[in-house]
Amino acid sequence: MLEQWLNSDAVFLTVALLASTLRMATPLGLAALGAVYSERAGVINLGLEGLMLGGAFFGILGSYLTGNAWLGVLLAALAGGIMALLFALVTLRYKANHVVAGVALNLLGLGFTTVLLVAVWGNRGKSPDVAGIYPIYIPYLSDLPIVGELIFRQSPFFYLLIILMILSWLFFYRTKWGLRLRAIGENPAAVDSLGIPVFTYKYLAVIAGGMLAALGGAYLSLGELSMFARNMVSGRGYIALAANILGNWNPIGVVLASFLFGLANAIEMNLQLYGWPTQFVQMIPYVVTMFVLGGFVRKVQAPKALGQHFDRSNTNM
Amino acid sequence: MEALEALRMNKIVKSFGSLKALDQVDLTVAKGEIHCLLGENGAGKTTLMKILYGIHQQDEGEIYLNAKKVKISSPKEAITQGISMVFQHFMLIPNLSVMENIILGQEETKMGILADKESRNKVANLSEKLGLKVRLDMLVEDIPVGEKQRVEIIKALYRGAEIIILDEPTAVLTPQEVSELFKVLKTLKEDGKTIIIITHKLKETLAVADKVTVLRNGKNQGSITTDKATPEILAQMMVGRNVMLEVVKGKVEKGPVIFETKGLNLKDKLKNINLKIHAGEIVGIAGVEGNGQTELLETLIGLCSPTSGSIIFDQKDITKDSVEERLDQGLGFIPEDRNDRGLVNNFKLWQNAILGYQKRYEKKGLLDFAAITKASETIVKNYQVKVLGIDSKSSSLSGGNAQKLLVGRVFYHNPRVLIIAHPTRGVDVGAIEYLHKEILSMRSQGKAILLVSADLDEIRQLSDRIAVIYEGAITIEGDGGDFTEDELGLYMAGGLRPESKVVKA
Repeated sequence: MLEQWLNSDAVFLTVALLASTLRMATPLGLAALGAVYSERAGVINLGLEGLMLGGAFFGILGSYLTGNAWLGVLLAALAGGIMALLFALVTLRYKANHVVAGVALNLLGLGFTTVLLVAVWGNRGKSPDVAGIYPIYIPYLSDLPIVGELIFRQSPFFYLLIILMILSWLFFYRTKWGLRLRAIGENPAAVDSLGIPVFTYKYLAVIAGGMLAALGGAYLSLGELSMFARNMVSGRGYIALAANILGNWNPIGVVLASFLFGLANAIEMNLQLYGWPTQFVQMIPYVVTMFVLGGFVRKVQAPKALGQHFDRSNTNM
Repeated sequence: MEALEALRMNKIVKSFGSLKALDQVDLTVAKGEIHCLLGENGAGKTTLMKILYGIHQQDEGEIYLNAKKVKISSPKEAITQGISMVFQHFMLIPNLSVMENIILGQEETKMGILADKESRNKVANLSEKLGLKVRLDMLVEDIPVGEKQRVEIIKALYRGAEIIILDEPTAVLTPQEVSELFKVLKTLKEDGKTIIIITHKLKETLAVADKVTVLRNGKNQGSITTDKATPEILAQMMVGRNVMLEVVKGKVEKGPVIFETKGLNLKDKLKNINLKIHAGEIVGIAGVEGNGQTELLETLIGLCSPTSGSIIFDQKDITKDSVEERLDQGLGFIPEDRNDRGLVNNFKLWQNAILGYQKRYEKKGLLDFAAITKASETIVKNYQVKVLGIDSKSSSLSGGNAQKLLVGRVFYHNPRVLIIAHPTRGVDVGAIEYLHKEILSMRSQGKAILLVSADLDEIRQLSDRIAVIYEGAITIEGDGGDFTEDELGLYMAGGLRPESKVVKA
């Protein structure tokens, strides 16, 4: 009886849909976690798209050069960190508007990955196939019915996302550094008045955020296609930012929000398979994003000093 | 008996650009003393203390703590040296808990994880020992102002402060909260802490301090122990001339009622407000900020419309009239925030001088510059606005001068009813004296005046009648002389109810 039910089409399709939800959610979740670090420190991170694209490219490049996909992941994280450092310098030191700088970072990401694509492989569209990172079947657990297939046959990036989510939650709510970071996003002047180096925290948070977003990008290239294609992130950075807002800047919340957007993506893919008009179906994740942000955004609360420049001389201290 | 010297600042000089904020200022504070740093806005009090707290660095001069020369180049070093500062705008994070706010920056941890129990014990000990009651698990945004201030003081003590600087600590408190605070400060003093209070309030200085140092225009005007000081002496040191601290209020015959509200409600912000203002009368609205004053002002001037009730001006219902129509009929409005609602800061002075009344300066649809120039020059002259010329930017005006310009604009355009909010907030003693005189002269000219102020002294000195607003309702109303300061304070805190006192109709 149970056996029969487990093997039924409905269950099979649902499990397949949910499994692809988790796959779709993985890059969004990693990037959204990155946004949490940056935005909790008061820096709006609209540059996720560019950071993910950088991560996607350098992941492949690292794998191509060394033949080791994991070294590719490392290079992706490093590249994301360096791009984020650049973003931090522009926004924190030179006090550029965060939104404008973020858009610039996205354009930069698209531009230089395309240029490097031509420079390294002489191809404007895509890289050759390289060693990628493949799903891991966790012994015993992956044999469990339903959950095994759903959770324990995923990409290592998925496991990484869950571990990072838990660690991030501990960081923000159980360590002093997390407490300080949350405080900085709310009222940097107050934190400064207590002798805490506000800018050091801001720089580190933006860089950490960049590394996480780049990991999300590396999943797209190394984890899914084993190659890089021009503009392959295609809007996921913005959806990750939406997930960060919907998740209320909370590590667990943003990963759950990513699952929601992942589900929208998965439904889109499935409907395409069933022959629905592509252009219409492709709207789904974005329409969901709009409705969700429109409907729920009032209940969430952004860090109060988000997007503001902190400067000792113009505080009320 | 010579007490030990806790702090000596020696010949401190500090310039910001071409402005000399501090010029050879000395300050000596004994251990276990409550020392007031008195001066008008811009006298350099806060700058001096920011130097002590490491936010600014002095250009010249030395700082000695316990007779040892020190260099303080950041708040962190100040904290290490046992100096803490409680700012006028509290440095608290609204959506963190009281506990988190207190420990921030000095967290106790166990293997990197916050050790909640240890911190909690430490904080509980402090608050018990000094009778500072706070609720540790409340979010800061949910606690009243007085408690926020106690959180700030515990924060300082938690950091091991020996010298605590308080910047204008009473600005946002009710009289009861002020006396609570002073009690706490005296307990701290007995505990051996040294306290420096930045203030411009004479009465409070005399009530709490052992010694006073007066600054004026960045220069030290000398120090005096409070047993030898009087309000007059201190005011003269602050301003540099004799100041009338109490305005002389002549008698004015009350005319008919010309402004009235009937059962005014605004959602849950205003509850059944009934006010009557006669010609030649000042009605003062006393209340702790945030009890509906802003909403009342905005409803009267027409920035928002009431849910129910009506506003009557000269027997005509103006409830549905626009702001412009109200101005045209002779309603004058001095808003509570002159930078936000009163003046456009990067406008020229003449533009601000006619703002809201620009229609009166039109000729064939174009602005009549001759008339505007004449009017602005008259305002500047009659209302003693110190400015280079009417083409200067309004942002170059000091607080007092900006307020004079605002008052001048409204008074000059011949209103019959005046709604005045916090006319002397952030304005120095000399200008306060002047503004009070002007308001009283409008009263003698038979204007009906509604005065909203958080400054009880101001309300009591100027008003013929006083109404107390608490949580959006007028809880009591009576003649100016009916209330003592303490009673008013209690009503403002919602402590006394109307029925506990017989009110003359």
